[in-house]
Amino acid sequence: MYQYDQYDQQMVDARVEEFRDQARRRLDGKLTEDQFKPLRLMNGLYLQLHAYMLRVAIPYGTLNSRQMIALGDIADKYDRGYGHFTTRQNLQYNWIKLEDAADILADLAKVEMHAIQTSGNCIRNISSDHFAGAAADELVDPRPYAELLRQWSSFHPEFTYLPRKFKIAVIAAEKDRAAMRLHDIGIQIVEKDGEIGARFYVGGGMGRTPMIAPMIRDFVPLDQLITYSEACLRVYNRYGRRDNKYKARIKILVHELGAEEYTRQVEQEFAHMLEQGVEPPREELERIKPFFADPAFEDGAKNVDRSDPDFALWVDRNTHRHKHDSYVSAVISLKPVGGIPGDATGTQIRIMAKLAEQYSFDELRIMHTQNVVLPHVKIADLHALWTALDAADLGAPNMDSIEDMIACPGLDYCALANARSIPLAQRISEKFDASGKTAKLGELKLKISGCINACGHHHAGHIGILGVDRKGVENYQLSLGGSEAEDTALAKITGPGFTEDGVIDAVEKVTDLYLDVREDGERFLDTYRRIGMAPFKEALYD
Amino acid sequence: MTDDLGTSPDEVQFRFRDDEPADHGTVTVDACCDQTNAAAVRIEPGDDARTLLPFLDRLALIEVNFPAYGDGRGYSSARILREAGYAGELRAVGDVLIDQLSHMRRCGFDAFAPDARLDEEDAARAFATWENVYQRTVDGRRTIQESRHE
Amino acid sequence: MKILTGNDLRTGAVTWWDGTNWSLHVDAAADVGEHGDEILAREEALRRVNVPYIIEAEASAEGVRPAHIKDRVRALGPTVRPDLTLKPKDPEAIDWVI
Repeated sequence: MYQYDQYDQQMVDARVEEFRDQARRRLDGKLTEDQFKPLRLMNGLYLQLHAYMLRVAIPYGTLNSRQMIALGDIADKYDRGYGHFTTRQNLQYNWIKLEDAADILADLAKVEMHAIQTSGNCIRNISSDHFAGAAADELVDPRPYAELLRQWSSFHPEFTYLPRKFKIAVIAAEKDRAAMRLHDIGIQIVEKDGEIGARFYVGGGMGRTPMIAPMIRDFVPLDQLITYSEACLRVYNRYGRRDNKYKARIKILVHELGAEEYTRQVEQEFAHMLEQGVEPPREELERIKPFFADPAFEDGAKNVDRSDPDFALWVDRNTHRHKHDSYVSAVISLKPVGGIPGDATGTQIRIMAKLAEQYSFDELRIMHTQNVVLPHVKIADLHALWTALDAADLGAPNMDSIEDMIACPGLDYCALANARSIPLAQRISEKFDASGKTAKLGELKLKISGCINACGHHHAGHIGILGVDRKGVENYQLSLGGSEAEDTALAKITGPGFTEDGVIDAVEKVTDLYLDVREDGERFLDTYRRIGMAPFKEALYD
Repeated sequence: MTDDLGTSPDEVQFRFRDDEPADHGTVTVDACCDQTNAAAVRIEPGDDARTLLPFLDRLALIEVNFPAYGDGRGYSSARILREAGYAGELRAVGDVLIDQLSHMRRCGFDAFAPDARLDEEDAARAFATWENVYQRTVDGRRTIQESRHE
Repeated sequence: MKILTGNDLRTGAVTWWDGTNWSLHVDAAADVGEHGDEILAREEALRRVNVPYIIEAEASAEGVRPAHIKDRVRALGPTVRPDLTLKPKDPEAIDWVI
């Protein structure tokens, strides 16, 4: 994976010192909270309900054991012994003190990590396919392009005060594992006439006005990738709405202008930008690529011994096909039955790091579904790995099942939330596990958000739940039919909302209906698409 | 005649130019396009900097106003003007704070007239924050990627 | 009653105005009546507390209960981690929030 050179390190170190100075000025009273807020946000420091929260960037979701250990150590040293993995492939600490924040950033910098631009109206951490570099179905590894974009977007002088936050995802497979078209810019690396290039989708997003990004350019040559991105951003920075925070994302600009007109403006700016020479030298991409070269894979067993049914179940559920047939990518579920989705203790984080060192060429990935991946595990090592995971309460065999739900922190932690998300996740996983229905349901993506900002991706859930505040009482809206995969779709609300107990019953009702009427091989989503909303509404409200 | 909108040279706290500060009142972008003799103009966030391109030769001072620091349109305005070859004074005025200085410099500003005077020491530190830079902009600095492959 | 709350500038901890100082315990919160804005302005200038604000609450024999669930979550701690709340040994504390 990518390693900093002296320049990258210097940038991160400079930022630590800059933030130390900013925090000092805030504590000294030279900065008001209004002035300090955007500065701390650009260093990932929020003020949540109970304390400051620090969001650490994990660029394109990739990290090594040493970095993972540092994350576990910070949880123990500065926080309350745990961290929370997010839907942006980041890690959040919930109990941070402002006085400690610069020291934590310094600890992160020692292992080539940071919290730069994990918040604020700037270009956020670049996300990618969590199986990048390992998946059997990818065209190329998308991460070198993500790294090129990471450098370009870090401290970009023109795009630090955008109308609103800006999220970019890069993938390189037909299968979309990164919700690419629900990003401000989604880039798919594609091949055309033997050349590799980038396909640009612009103006997707969730939040209060969910939109699927339209394609605005089917092929940008790789030596113009940064220039084209710069043109997309400049048009947005100049013309994105600033009169209304809720209409400031690029999706609204693209929608109001129309994709065609937005594209025309981008192309015009792009033509101008090409003359400015903003593209980094082509050698830079060639320098980055070897960092992501395949490790030394060895031939070995192609199958596992299935005599232990618990192990066999975990292998079936939690492993993903690798490009080398003696390996798989193994998914470590952070969704134990009744647990808090995405939370891991400092000890668990260090255990995962050690296992990556032992079994996965020192590499880990964070999934947007709030799980962890060991990307390159020898099939012959799977049993030993599973045994170690199971002992650390990390062996839940539930990837892509209803128990593998996404849930945002919700009203238990988040200052923006209107309702709690985590208790719903806990009760649903307990209920479906106890009834044994999880296995029958197969792939079912449940996503829960505690407010309209949709950090829990409820718009993209096969089943989505949105928590709202109804006269001071938590209330939950149910929606069906969303997808964040390559068949991207936005879920539709079923009807009036429910109480906490009511929405759990409602999830049971819609899944029961699916089990009754599904045809061979149909997932919940397929059945919904075939029969439509009406039968589900009937089951819920009649 | 349009009202003088400009910031007096006395209010310029930081200036990275050797020439004499332009001592003209600035006019709005609209007025600048209508008049033939205006030598100083003030751009508001909603103005299109490109409407000034035909007049750059006669302009000695362009002020870019930041009514609120969070409105980043002025960064694009500045870069567009420099990209078009504007060589006169480019002055950031308004809600200009310590932590925006280095980025503004990179976008081509060479004079700063903050509404509230800034701490000189903090500002000096802010201007010097980035020893190296990732992006090619109009400030002509060599990028990290260029240094890596020279 | 009307009470004042905010987060401590240095630690981020939830705090409540007790009439003379900031307390970690909501039960210590003082009724500020019509003086809320005045105290807020003064306290904000002292920069000990981040974005303090005025809320409605109810006083009873058991203590002070903020009117909105968000402030009750703030007063106690995350309902999903009773061990990290201010009342880790009180099984009914979560019911007080909801």
